[in-house]
Amino acid sequence: MKAFLIEESVKKLEVVGKPVNRVDALDKVTGAAKYTADLYFPGMLYGKTLRSRYPHALIRGIKIGEAEKLPGVAVVLTAKDIPGEKRFGVVIKDQEVLVSSKARYLGDGLALVAAVTEEIAEEALKLIKIEYKPLPVVSSPLEALKEESPKIHEHGNLIKSYRVRKGDVNKGFSESDVVIERVYTTQFVDHAYMEPESAVAVPSHKGVVVYGSMQHPYSTRRVVASTLGLPLSKVRVIQTNLGGGFGGKDETASIICARAALLAVKANRPVKMVNTRSESMLESYKRHPYIMRYRVGVSEKGEIKAMEINLLADGGAYASTSPFVLWRSTVQATGPYEVPNVEISSKVVYTNNPYCGAMRGFGSPQVNFAVESIMDELAEEIGMDPIELRLKNAFKNGSETATGQVLNGHVVSIRQILRKARETSNWEGKRKLYKVQKGRLRRGIGIACCYRGVSLGAEGKDFAAAYVNVTEDGGVIVACGIAENGQGAKTVLSQIAAEALGVPVDYITFLGSDTSIVRDSGPTVASRGTIMGGGAVKEAAVKVRMKMAEVAAVILKTQPEKIIFKGGMVYDKENPEKHISFKELARRCYKKTINLSSIGWFRAPEIYWDEETGMGTAYFTWVYSANVAEVEVNLETGKVKVLRVYAFHDPGKVVNPKTAKSQVYGGVAMGIGYALLEDYKLEECIPKTLNLRSYRLIRAYEMPEVIPVFIENPDPVAPFGAKSLGEPATEVVAPAIVNAIYQATGVRIRSLPVTRDKILKGLKER
Amino acid sequence: MGEIIEFTVNGLKRRIEVEPNELLINVIRGKLGLTGTKYGCGIGECGSCTVLIDGEPALSCLTLAIEVDGREIVTIEGIAENELNHIQEAFLDQGAVQCGFCTPGMIIMAKYLLNKKRNPTEKEIKEHIKGNLCRCTGYINIIKAIKEAAEKMQNSNVKAISKEL
Repeated sequence: MKAFLIEESVKKLEVVGKPVNRVDALDKVTGAAKYTADLYFPGMLYGKTLRSRYPHALIRGIKIGEAEKLPGVAVVLTAKDIPGEKRFGVVIKDQEVLVSSKARYLGDGLALVAAVTEEIAEEALKLIKIEYKPLPVVSSPLEALKEESPKIHEHGNLIKSYRVRKGDVNKGFSESDVVIERVYTTQFVDHAYMEPESAVAVPSHKGVVVYGSMQHPYSTRRVVASTLGLPLSKVRVIQTNLGGGFGGKDETASIICARAALLAVKANRPVKMVNTRSESMLESYKRHPYIMRYRVGVSEKGEIKAMEINLLADGGAYASTSPFVLWRSTVQATGPYEVPNVEISSKVVYTNNPYCGAMRGFGSPQVNFAVESIMDELAEEIGMDPIELRLKNAFKNGSETATGQVLNGHVVSIRQILRKARETSNWEGKRKLYKVQKGRLRRGIGIACCYRGVSLGAEGKDFAAAYVNVTEDGGVIVACGIAENGQGAKTVLSQIAAEALGVPVDYITFLGSDTSIVRDSGPTVASRGTIMGGGAVKEAAVKVRMKMAEVAAVILKTQPEKIIFKGGMVYDKENPEKHISFKELARRCYKKTINLSSIGWFRAPEIYWDEETGMGTAYFTWVYSANVAEVEVNLETGKVKVLRVYAFHDPGKVVNPKTAKSQVYGGVAMGIGYALLEDYKLEECIPKTLNLRSYRLIRAYEMPEVIPVFIENPDPVAPFGAKSLGEPATEVVAPAIVNAIYQATGVRIRSLPVTRDKILKGLKER
Repeated sequence: MGEIIEFTVNGLKRRIEVEPNELLINVIRGKLGLTGTKYGCGIGECGSCTVLIDGEPALSCLTLAIEVDGREIVTIEGIAENELNHIQEAFLDQGAVQCGFCTPGMIIMAKYLLNKKRNPTEKEIKEHIKGNLCRCTGYINIIKAIKEAAEKMQNSNVKAISKEL
């Protein structure tokens, strides 16, 4: 095995690194690709959910009699009909598939109906009578922490808090020449995947099959099984084509799948549930809004001496992944800088707002906005160029993070990235050019950078499984527990399988996710699909190749170590004229009854975390990124136009330049939305933005030029060196834009999103 | 009580009964099984449900089925004369597809644009797909794909003409 792996690292890659077309795109351009809502089964019913009328209320009684009598209604269910566990939750089991006694936000479900048509199901919902006792609401995280505030859960309003202490901040501040303190805030953001949540549940022998739109079929399986009181093996969850996830289709998907399964089993008929857009925006979890207080001290030469950071996040009605999100924010809060003295206190709390959870970036976009804004504010204070200040403090190999992790074992490339950014964007020229401007249109250029822990880190068990099967005619079937969310997992994992087996990528057939075929591989989140799924696929493929190499060695009369797999051919390294095709070799193996299937298992390297001190090796490896944005601001209207975004990323190794660029383009689009457009507004816990008219996503004509630049430093722990890209692509766009706006206007915006009003107000006060 | 309507879908004559308040999207997806047309928002903001009615783009989530009586509809399933058309090929080559949910609507809009105008500018392309939301791609590769399709169509027209000559 070792010999193969060493050979792997030195040989020229044939498939990995090539701009292969997506393996799943053909069905998507012809309309043939089936998404969950596209599935129809004979006798299928349609399910609908009745949701709470109040964001905080006791449920005194539910009367379903009238609804049950409506012709066409098959089943009406409430919490008391749940045969298994009533509660679920990844960290804290505080959430219910249907609430039994108390609603904690407007998205809470109270009852379910299955009927022969969607219209009849909706009609029946209106006939259900609920007796509520409305309670006062907690609408902000600051309120949540007050003694006298209503308690949303019995265990109080605090979901989780962390502390990190390194060195002595008081000493650090006393050594500083300049100390500044700023407060930054961010908004609620909706994932707004184009496909609303959907599920189809089909009763099967003593169990249920659920087809769904989810990015973690295994957590859906867990919730469906526990809710129905079934063993995991009797719940088969099959992921259909997913119309976008961005972190949002984990718990939200579990809920709709569990509800459909409850109805299907009770009615003993297939049940389809599809959320409308407004149901989706009402019920689904959001990106956490943060209030962030940063106090930073620097010497006049620009060395950061101390950072004191206070984070307060609105977790909404349920915990979901809040503890993990806040943990990542806490670990990465100082940005990619050496800071000798650090004090971080962070809290996430319950409110009666929509609950918050995973969304692309997972706690990093918020802290990146704060730390990268204050870096620019500091640069200005001490009269230093923003990139210069960053270079002065940026990590290098051997640097120690705020949590005491020494960065090693991979290339710490943040300095390389910053220098590349300076050169590629013509930073110095543009900064100078935009310094002196006249007229109502003003331009500016800004930078932001980050480091990101790869995969789940100390927040969870980190592993992935894959299955590789070479058929007797030399085709390759691959399955993996990592899901295709639209990001291109099937394509890059096919490339990794092809590379490991030395075959063209069209030999590979990649199966969709099915919980009954491959072992749980953890969620497809945390930009872990390529590194973890790729690791597992590669291991499975290498195992199969080794078996094939033994047979080839006999045929070619040489030793297995001398066998090379390349381009669908199998050679003797020393006598390349001695060869056999991969397909012929597969046939020979079949005749010899050799098993050409294998399971791959990839486990993340051990890490260590001390919850008490907030110290430890948070992640087994890291990636580094920077964005440079150029904007034009209209001083009369306050309108911001993003002209250009340079995106610099070190993902280790780019497996597919085409899909990698796509990730960056989409990440930048989402980042611009975060900076300028998207704002899920609430008034007293009532959402005011429940459609895509009032919730503004970026449109085609608003997209700037985007220039992706990849700086590749292959990581020895990763398959072919490839790590992460999906989340870095979006997480430093907003601060780069905000910093550019400052250069253009002299207005420093400390609360997202940047609106025309905020700019005009800032211009007046300037 | 339903009404019988007759219309052409992707070149085939269909005769079906619809309710007076029934939306075209539900008829196309549910009754005709053409699920390539997607529901994304229900209020005409996202463009996922776009189809061509008599060659003009229409949002099927806002169109009543009875309105299409006697008319001709093209959905994503009927967009290609042969296996794939130039637009679909260009979407594959340019990496314009990610989750794929907006793709049918985007391709329909591209088809409409390129029927009307052989060589659209980038600005015209952006203008034509401004009503189509995409959360994955940042539109960049979609715009490139539509440009590439326009070029390919022109080249194949030139080839066809030179063959005839």
